[in-house]
Amino acid sequence: MCATCGCGGTRVTEPGHGHGHTHTVDLEADLLAANDLLAARNRAAFAEQGIVAVNLMSSPGSGKTTLLERTVRELVGVRPVVVLEGDQETVLDTERITATGVRALQINTGAGCHLDADMVATGLRELAPEPGALLFVENVGNLVCPALFDLGERARVVIMSVTEGTDKPLKYPHMFRTADLLLVNKVDLLPYVDFDVARCVEYARRARPGVPVVEVSATRGDGMAEWVAWLRTLG
Amino acid sequence: MHEMAITQSIVGTIVGRLGAARVHRVRLEIGKLSGVVPDAVRFAFELVTPGTTLEGAALEIDEPFGDARCRSCGRAFVTDEVLPLCACGSADVAVSGGQQLRIRDVGYRSEEGTGCARPADAAGPG
Repeated sequence: MCATCGCGGTRVTEPGHGHGHTHTVDLEADLLAANDLLAARNRAAFAEQGIVAVNLMSSPGSGKTTLLERTVRELVGVRPVVVLEGDQETVLDTERITATGVRALQINTGAGCHLDADMVATGLRELAPEPGALLFVENVGNLVCPALFDLGERARVVIMSVTEGTDKPLKYPHMFRTADLLLVNKVDLLPYVDFDVARCVEYARRARPGVPVVEVSATRGDGMAEWVAWLRTLG
Repeated sequence: MHEMAITQSIVGTIVGRLGAARVHRVRLEIGKLSGVVPDAVRFAFELVTPGTTLEGAALEIDEPFGDARCRSCGRAFVTDEVLPLCACGSADVAVSGGQQLRIRDVGYRSEEGTGCARPADAAGPG
């Protein structure tokens, strides 16, 4: 141990304490600390402006964008809505949302497989939601990576479609265990597919006990009133 | 692969705390139920550390299990699964722990002639 600084270095002190030696420091820092800090800033900014942020997560092809198109139309005149669209490439989803008359901004993650709090903060500076707005963040289609990244959202909604496997909640428990709501989409296709809604819900509740579930069809309109009512409970 | 983003965050955190000090060892804690794959972090660590003060540093990863308790038969066991099944066949199992995602401690070397580069907010001697 160094006799001058007591740092546990391998050499004893030298004149002027000018030595090089090794130290160990207990950092005890969270691996996601940087993201969590930015997420907390987002959350504080949302609270200050009365903005309700909803993080929509699912595998690709569950119908997130179709659901959003229908949802924002249902909310016309109810409250202002803005959308952040996350995809690896293209502005196709943003074009679909803006066609409904709602402001939307595309975030392209390139090789990235999820949105993080910094991307959302950057997007918000450009999108500048009006106070009191409902902000939908459509995450990158992926049932794995987005689960770990807090964006500062008020609620997390996981969307599954009945064309996926009933056992998906068991296969991707990290995603389901933080869900505030499970939307089971494409229920209009139930007569044509082998999907057991009750079992899927049971599996989802193993990962997230008591999670509420709304069955919807974004194309036909089933369950939309219940989904919009749930959104209103968020404030 | 979210491990790449997480590993970049680890490097950023350590460089932010230790500045220019040369890091030779990093010890992480990644719980078995955390959703982060240690091998993917090791792979990412090799990719993102060259050119930083962590270049060539040894990476040690502790992987604590979760604690499970069966609500049906009362059996307690450790698990590496988020949704474990008890040996009695029940899926009604309470799980705690195993979700750690932390940088535990870091070994670094102060530069010759600069004295101790111990950061102001670091814990006691190691």
